[in-house]
Amino acid sequence: MSNRLINILVPAVSVVLGLLVGALIMLFTGYDPIEGYAALWNGIFGDIYAIGETIRQITPYILAGLAVAFAFRTGLFNIGVEGQLIVGWFAAAWVGVAFTDLPAFIHLPLAVLAAAVAGAFWGFIPGLLKAKLKVHEVIVTIMMNYIALFVTNALIRYVSDGGDNTGRIAESASLGSPFLQGLTDFSRLHYGILIALAMVFVMWFILEKTKTGFELKAVGFNQNASEYAGMNVSRNIILSMVIAGAFAGLAGAMEALGTFQYANVKGGFTGIGFDGIAVALLGANTPLGVVFGATLFGALQYGSLNMPNEAGVPVEIVSIVIAIIIFFVASGYVLRLFLEKISSKKEAK
Amino acid sequence: MSKRKYGLGLSVMLAAGTLLAACGSDEETQETNGNSGEGSEPTEETADFSVAMVTDVGGVDDKSFNQSAWEGIQKFGEDNGLAQGDGGYDYLQSASDADYVTNLNNLVRRDFDVVFGIGFLMEAAVNDIAQQQPDAQLAIIDAVVDQPNVASVLFKEQEGAFLAGVAAALMSESKQIGFVGGMEIPVIERFEVGFLAGVEAVDPSIEVDVQYTGAFDKAELGKTTANRMYSEGVDIIFHAAGGTGNGVFAEAKERKTKDPDANVWVIGVDSDQYEEGAVGDTNVTLTSMLKRVDEAVYRISEAAMNGEFPGGQSTVYGLAEEGVGLADSRGAIPDDIMAQIEEFKQQIVDGEITVPETRE
Repeated sequence: MSNRLINILVPAVSVVLGLLVGALIMLFTGYDPIEGYAALWNGIFGDIYAIGETIRQITPYILAGLAVAFAFRTGLFNIGVEGQLIVGWFAAAWVGVAFTDLPAFIHLPLAVLAAAVAGAFWGFIPGLLKAKLKVHEVIVTIMMNYIALFVTNALIRYVSDGGDNTGRIAESASLGSPFLQGLTDFSRLHYGILIALAMVFVMWFILEKTKTGFELKAVGFNQNASEYAGMNVSRNIILSMVIAGAFAGLAGAMEALGTFQYANVKGGFTGIGFDGIAVALLGANTPLGVVFGATLFGALQYGSLNMPNEAGVPVEIVSIVIAIIIFFVASGYVLRLFLEKISSKKEAK
Repeated sequence: MSKRKYGLGLSVMLAAGTLLAACGSDEETQETNGNSGEGSEPTEETADFSVAMVTDVGGVDDKSFNQSAWEGIQKFGEDNGLAQGDGGYDYLQSASDADYVTNLNNLVRRDFDVVFGIGFLMEAAVNDIAQQQPDAQLAIIDAVVDQPNVASVLFKEQEGAFLAGVAAALMSESKQIGFVGGMEIPVIERFEVGFLAGVEAVDPSIEVDVQYTGAFDKAELGKTTANRMYSEGVDIIFHAAGGTGNGVFAEAKERKTKDPDANVWVIGVDSDQYEEGAVGDTNVTLTSMLKRVDEAVYRISEAAMNGEFPGGQSTVYGLAEEGVGLADSRGAIPDDIMAQIEEFKQQIVDGEITVPETRE
């Protein structure tokens, strides 16, 4: 079997297997799998509203996936996307609320930039600690998540005089567009998807077309060799975390300026940052792969909301089914090994 | 379906029809009713009215707030011969904040006559949907949405919590009382402020240990907080923390199981949490501060069915309206103390005591 065929076959077979096992689970628990999957399909592609909302859901996943993937290419495991996203969310919302009479062409970029800078700063700290003191970034980033969550909660209370919400951002900072909303029957689709896709290109460009990108990747492959080759390893580690943090901060801006248009006090994490890890790994840490991973994740996540709505399948069963589909897609590697073994046997004969 | 039920349903429908017709100005209600009747058959035998709700992240089985609302809707459905599903009554659960808009939208699109958003977290979502779907009738609990097609429901939690505070202060032996809150938000602060005022009204020397866990869905945090409080000598804990409060119950029950003479009590919240506190033959539930979300949901549904949907208005339920109060203590609180609590209650209803709403 040619490599190309395997590359196409593996994900396809994985998805089918995932769907099959998911169907069995619905069958065993007494729900109609066909009805359930029809509801899932309708939830994703059913009408123009669903499509708009699905794209909206995919947007932050792309950026969160990029944030994990980018750091991973430099050999860093960025578990702190969640925290970087939350500070980005707050920063964008605050800029959106605090300045009221700026024109949109200044206000919106400023709010987006604020989110990126806040996220970058949240990535800079673990990067610095890793580069200078060899503190493992996994520990620092996880802890920074909690710091981000509760610091932003306190800041939201502070700026809203003890309330739980920053209030709605000014229209001039909003990524939402009446045009896109009209096109998709009032979904919350916003221009953020363009920013997300632009960032996919930016990541590809940095990694593949610049000297910096080459150095970042080299550090990821082998730190000692890179150092021997005269590269500044510390600088590259910090830079990688800063860029990854900026991506994550932008994911927060999508929520602040697009989906929600405000920042509110949170009782727990959003989960987008953690899902970003899976998105990046599903996409093999490549920019284009992340887009596919995010599409799968976002579509399933959003479409699954329709399963209790249309087919009456309880939320708990839906979560299991979705997890199984993703599980099978992620274990495509096992399938690949299996296929390769078969084809090598055939060749031997 | 029996013929008798059919006839009953038909007469109910006719009655509803005449009522609606009498209310000529409310054309929207009639229109939506007509639409939902066409698509589904079973509505003919029952009241031609449908109602649905969206839970917040606590879920429909949170043993307090959302569950109470769902019970109200179920009761309304049963009383009017509705079935769960399209054209009857239904709910959708939200897994994250981003789901509110989608869930509300889904229900509005399924032509439910009234759609409830349960909880202040849905304020912005309800506001958006109300503007996008001006023909829909929406309602929100614990927040005010200023739109002509939204009915807002608020509760005077502080009044109910005041009575809980009185009960705790009168019952406490160690003179140490605990309060476990969920997120530090205005609604929960009303519980806290009312509770503190109630304790102070009885005995200003009692210390109340006030703790916020920062979440409504983290039972383990509730458990550790309760553990610390009980270890420090607190004997009664009032929780206003939704699912987090289940951890408070878990801790109290654990202590009661180890030592049947342990003096630990929990005051439940939102719905009667007596079942939650059962340990063998005994129970750690002193009483529960009721917040009759079920009652409010029921009343609004009923009003809407009669063509009197209170859109654009906000209704406040306090002690006087029996929107808040204490649950039956089932003997945990002796009669003489109940009488004292009743006195305080009367004073609040009569306006002699005004319970503060916010921290000073």
